Amino acid sequence: MNLDQFKPKTVYVTYIAATPEKVWQALTSGDITKQFFFGRRIEIELQPGGAFRFWQPDGKLDVEGKVVVCDPPRKLAVTWRVMWIEEMRKLPECLVTYQIDDLGKVVRLTMTEAHQIELDEKMLEGGRRGWPVILNNLKTLLETGSPLPAFDFMGEAKPSLDEMKEAARKFTEST
Amino acid sequence: MNTAPKFVYRTLIATTPEKLWAALTDPEFTEQYWGGTRLESEWTEGSRIVFRWKGKIVHDDKILKSEPPRLLSYTFKPLHMEELLAEPASRVTFEIVEFGGQSQRQGPVVQLTVTHEGFPTDSKIFPMISQGWPDILSSMKTLLETGHAIEFAKGSAE
Repeated sequence: MNLDQFKPKTVYVTYIAATPEKVWQALTSGDITKQFFFGRRIEIELQPGGAFRFWQPDGKLDVEGKVVVCDPPRKLAVTWRVMWIEEMRKLPECLVTYQIDDLGKVVRLTMTEAHQIELDEKMLEGGRRGWPVILNNLKTLLETGSPLPAFDFMGEAKPSLDEMKEAARKFTEST
Repeated sequence: MNTAPKFVYRTLIATTPEKLWAALTDPEFTEQYWGGTRLESEWTEGSRIVFRWKGKIVHDDKILKSEPPRLLSYTFKPLHMEELLAEPASRVTFEIVEFGGQSQRQGPVVQLTVTHEGFPTDSKIFPMISQGWPDILSSMKTLLETGHAIEFAKGSAE
């Protein structure tokens, strides 16, 4: 796969007081992702070409893709197709990369969401709102043993999610 | 086309808006997570804000907006690096929103959005603050949630 065709559109950096191994384990274990990733469980075959999915708590398929780079505990890249929003399913998949840098007592985790097409900024809004929630939850979980208190994120984000769906629908119709 | 760069960073913290406001405005607090930097101001619109690092003034800026505990904005101009002195002041804004918890037992979650803008297109400061804010804000979050800042931030000025 030619990764150069994917252009970074959203980058989020956080520093976590944990080892790279702990961060890697949290990102790739379903029992842990369900605690910080909006209740979703990851299922991932940790090798290039391996299958990757997120499942929602009610068993609905959330995200689907393939492993592109697997270099534990430093780098994981997967293709990413949003399945739970009907309007998003037909879009070309994006690429999500986690880079874990060991800085001694802390790691720097960099999440990059990259796209192979030019997208309306509105279509990036879901990720721009969601990633900080996910990765701040991960940080709190690893540093304190519990995730952030639950709050109504979907309620807060609904107007921008609706705009995102509308933009995705227009994009699909125009191609 | 070159457009003026703008930096936006959101973080979520298990705390209250009042405690987060204190973390942003109390020099005893900022010193712990901001690489030893003390932020000193009366925190009212138009008042002076000084960043002091190891006794030396490294920023001498002005409060643009102050609505505790929701909104804070000030000018931003580093004075401690000669190669950056020619660049005009930018501005940084902190917006604090409280999300109601789904259960009272668990306590609130606060979203902090930091927006840093007003840079020239060829800004030398922009890449530095883009690296600096995630470092400082990660350490602040850890301090608010655990009582201890992240150790790496100590001794390194933003």
